[in-house]
Amino acid sequence: MGSITLKQVTKSFGDVNVIKPIDLEIRDGEFIVFVGPSGCGKSTLLRMIAGLEDTTSGCIDIDGQDATHTPPAKRGLAMVFQSYALYPHMSVRNNIAFPLKRAKVSEDEIEKKIANAAKILNLGDYLDRKPGQLSGGQRQRVAIGRAIVRQPSAFLFDEPLSNLDASLRVNMRLEISELHKSLATTMIYVTHDQVEAMTMADRIAVFNAGIIEQVGTPLELYNKPVNKFVAGFIGSPKMNFIDVDSADNDPTACLGVRPEHLEISRDKGMWAGKVGVIEHLGSETFLHVQVENCGTFTVKAGGDCDVNYGESIYLSVAPEKILHFDAAGITLSKDQTSGLTAVG
Amino acid sequence: MAINNSNKSKLIYTFLAWTIGGLIFFPILWTLITSFKTEAEAISSSPSLFMFDWTLENYADVLSRSPYFTHFWNSIVISLGSSILGLLIAIPAAWSMAFVQTKRTKNLLMWMLSTKMLPPVGVLIPIYLVFRDFGLLDTKLGLVIVMTLINLPIMVWMLYTYFREIPNEILEASRMDGATIGEEIFHVLLPIALPGIASTLLLNVILAWNEAFWTLILTAANAAPLTAFIASYSSPEGLFYAKLSAASAMAIVPILILGWFSQKQLVRGLSFGAVK
Repeated sequence: MGSITLKQVTKSFGDVNVIKPIDLEIRDGEFIVFVGPSGCGKSTLLRMIAGLEDTTSGCIDIDGQDATHTPPAKRGLAMVFQSYALYPHMSVRNNIAFPLKRAKVSEDEIEKKIANAAKILNLGDYLDRKPGQLSGGQRQRVAIGRAIVRQPSAFLFDEPLSNLDASLRVNMRLEISELHKSLATTMIYVTHDQVEAMTMADRIAVFNAGIIEQVGTPLELYNKPVNKFVAGFIGSPKMNFIDVDSADNDPTACLGVRPEHLEISRDKGMWAGKVGVIEHLGSETFLHVQVENCGTFTVKAGGDCDVNYGESIYLSVAPEKILHFDAAGITLSKDQTSGLTAVG
Repeated sequence: MAINNSNKSKLIYTFLAWTIGGLIFFPILWTLITSFKTEAEAISSSPSLFMFDWTLENYADVLSRSPYFTHFWNSIVISLGSSILGLLIAIPAAWSMAFVQTKRTKNLLMWMLSTKMLPPVGVLIPIYLVFRDFGLLDTKLGLVIVMTLINLPIMVWMLYTYFREIPNEILEASRMDGATIGEEIFHVLLPIALPGIASTLLLNVILAWNEAFWTLILTAANAAPLTAFIASYSSPEGLFYAKLSAASAMAIVPILILGWFSQKQLVRGLSFGAVK
């Protein structure tokens, strides 16, 4: 079991409301990612679920039981911290055994569980080392090992990969995803990296200024963002926004076009622009195109794109790929808009 | 061959450091040397630094006239006892100030420090009366209590500075792992902060060992530590420099040795937080 339900949960520090009333249901066995910019309240909410922060108002249910005021250790959750938070004076073995010893598990059982965790996480050779003698990736594995042995009803990850270098991050991302598949335990994962969110999550909750803007599967968020914030946050490179003057019966105030949906032509198109910085990534190319009256567009083209700096090109997009937002930034459905608004 | 600038300044600094070190150490050296002189040489108007008849008679005299080892034992009990009792109180206090901060924690810390600025004589009468009424005058327990109270602000401050360097996440991890507050402090905080705790203990042993105001006022014979032993060689019978020096040497040598061996730890403890 590992279902977690948040009902009207809030958190204030003095007069500052960091978490405005939030409702969220996390299903048993689900991998949910909290994503959002720094300071949006995602880590605070995770710490509230863990019991490390008090809940100002509202209710946190874990497996159907009210756990709002239950101390952290009694919630049956395990947490992996950004800084790994290993006990520096203990060997890897003792780090992993620590929660079991607190739970008064027998020595035999502890040994068995350590061996099992070491096997899953490839830590067998390091059990007698101190955390200081391990690399970042190994430390993170120990932190995960310490969480696994408790057999928690849910794992909480607080930006666990942000201290690792890029290539290691990709590996650990896969390892955590595999771990989720094999353990089939609920995982709540906090990150500000939308690539991590998109690649790992069953569902993503996008946070902004203490509220959840949207909860959905990665593709739902990518294809049907509810507002401009989600549209801009999900997807890399970021969506291009174009402010527009609409017809009287059309509430559209802004159009959103993803860089990968823009097509380049030398002859004709919807927008004329001048190529600025070109970033070659090998398999793909990012172009920054200066479009008159619309600002800079980011275009994601193939690796073999042969345009040059300063060249004049045209950009266009299939109309069904354009998102329409009203003046408040809310996404408009197709029938709310009068066809393709005049652009540029 | 010309000495380059950086070597020249190195030489100057080394010379300055040795001069200042020498000036600071000179009184101790003088005391040690005087303790090996006869009384006549000790008060001579043209004292000699090394060229005199070295004698151990002052040490023999002092040891036969006063129960040195009783004073020595009292000093150990008072300084170690007060430091350990102080740690028992200061560790949980510093833990709460470092990890469970409230709006007023900083004020509380400043207030604690301000008590160190109070002249001790200001609370002499009330403390004396309390000690008299509770039968604590001239007892080791009484001195352990008073030394603990005197040094507690420094202990809390030192430990607080140490604890602040320990990432809160490690303690939170232990809380998630099911540790009670006691287990969190005992199994996680204390082992990590051990160097800091050791230097706090050392510094307080030294402070308590050297404390003279309260030990002279609150003790007579039974609980008198080495400070009272030194004082007993001054005044009433006239000044006996050589014997006073021998008594002083016997009082300071143990703590000097402790300080010498633990200087690395002490320097680290005192500069913690200032330089990282």
